[in-house]
Amino acid sequence: MSQRPPVEDWATDFDHLHPQWINDPFPIWDELRQRCPIAHTDRFQGVYLPTRYADVRAVAYDTEHFSSRRVVVRESPPPRIPTPPITSDPPEHRPARMVLLPPFTPDAMQRIEPRARAIANELIDKFVGRGSCDAAVEYAQEIPVRVIAHMLGLPEGDGDLYRKWIHQVLEVGITDPSVLLQAAGEMTQYFMRHVRERGESPRNDLISYLLSAEFNGQRMGEEYAVAALRLLLIAGIDTTWSGIGSCIWHLAKTPADRRRLVAEPALMPTAIEEFLRAYAPVTMAREVVKETEIGGCTFKPGQMVMLSFPAANRDPAMFEDADQVIIDRKENRHAAFGLGIHRCVGSNLARLEMTVAVEELLKRIPEFSPAGEVTWSEGTVRGPRKLPIRFG
Amino acid sequence: MADAGKLKVRVDRDRCQGHNRCKALAPELFDLDEYGNAREKGDGTVPPGLEEKAYLAKSNCPEFAVEVIET
Repeated sequence: MSQRPPVEDWATDFDHLHPQWINDPFPIWDELRQRCPIAHTDRFQGVYLPTRYADVRAVAYDTEHFSSRRVVVRESPPPRIPTPPITSDPPEHRPARMVLLPPFTPDAMQRIEPRARAIANELIDKFVGRGSCDAAVEYAQEIPVRVIAHMLGLPEGDGDLYRKWIHQVLEVGITDPSVLLQAAGEMTQYFMRHVRERGESPRNDLISYLLSAEFNGQRMGEEYAVAALRLLLIAGIDTTWSGIGSCIWHLAKTPADRRRLVAEPALMPTAIEEFLRAYAPVTMAREVVKETEIGGCTFKPGQMVMLSFPAANRDPAMFEDADQVIIDRKENRHAAFGLGIHRCVGSNLARLEMTVAVEELLKRIPEFSPAGEVTWSEGTVRGPRKLPIRFG
Repeated sequence: MADAGKLKVRVDRDRCQGHNRCKALAPELFDLDEYGNAREKGDGTVPPGLEEKAYLAKSNCPEFAVEVIET
């Protein structure tokens, strides 16, 4: 964890890399929502932070004043590494998004499900006899790495490499652009090799699909396919790893919810949506490109906006008992996968992986409890990075 | 709640972003296209017994794209 200058006032000097935010951001957001619903910091060259659902929604919908060309708040603007469609604005956004949607529909996910369940069980096999495990390291992080490798048609054993790149892009790279660039370069090389292989001999996998997909009236080129693959890898791993980890963290420390899910498995879909609401892993960002006013606050061009879906999801104006985790919550318009045109393309995959991870764990190990210190990721994706649990 | 058979659901296709919440909660009332975006089944008429699901689909849509119309 990097050393950060002390925060004077979260309303005027917030810092999402500060240990207090990393360990428990919810009280900070709750206080800001009351006192100063659109906070600002001069750190990171100027960032706004809306904490009300309505304001987060308004920014997410307003693609005229808020651009996606920068979607991560970093110490300094990095050289552009476009990863369409997440970094695209209208009108380029729509075709770039459409081409990625078909492989991630619920029907497509059904074809992935058997392999996802097998992966979960292979992982559980390794630690079930031991009586304890680190559920973040040995379980949560391994599932998305292997599932996405399976979908892409890449060796599931390349997971260590993926995790290294993601750590470099989303954590170390926030304060050290050279690390970010090096990781992006390595990813490009890696994917280009596989893209060329598929170009010569297509297979039944996502890389081959991308290469054969029509995009703006022509086949997607190699370079574009590599950019899309970089995005899918970065967006598809530590996000879901964090989501799975937070589910297990909650169930370890809340035996009543865990036992209820074991007894009433039909509650699982509602419970997963509630975990997504309460522990939404992803905070996106936008760059202000035209001055505008939202929620009584003027947004100045050149500054960034943190799009805190996790904070929006805790807004009592939108959710009854917003600070409570209610696994049978009936009405839940949570924004964990974003709102508007940039809704997470992989949301159905994330749900599948979270559901499978929790179901298979509860089947094999219905009783478990916390067994040591939990640590959390820093940056724009929040989830447990160490999660020791004891079985029985 | 309105009488059975007098409700219709409708998906605003411009608002729908493919969150898939309606289809997950009320598969009898919604279909998805090849991109995962939703539309009401048939003319949207809610068969008797599915009224609660129709309202659930509406109140869980993050984009406010699902309408329940009392005819």
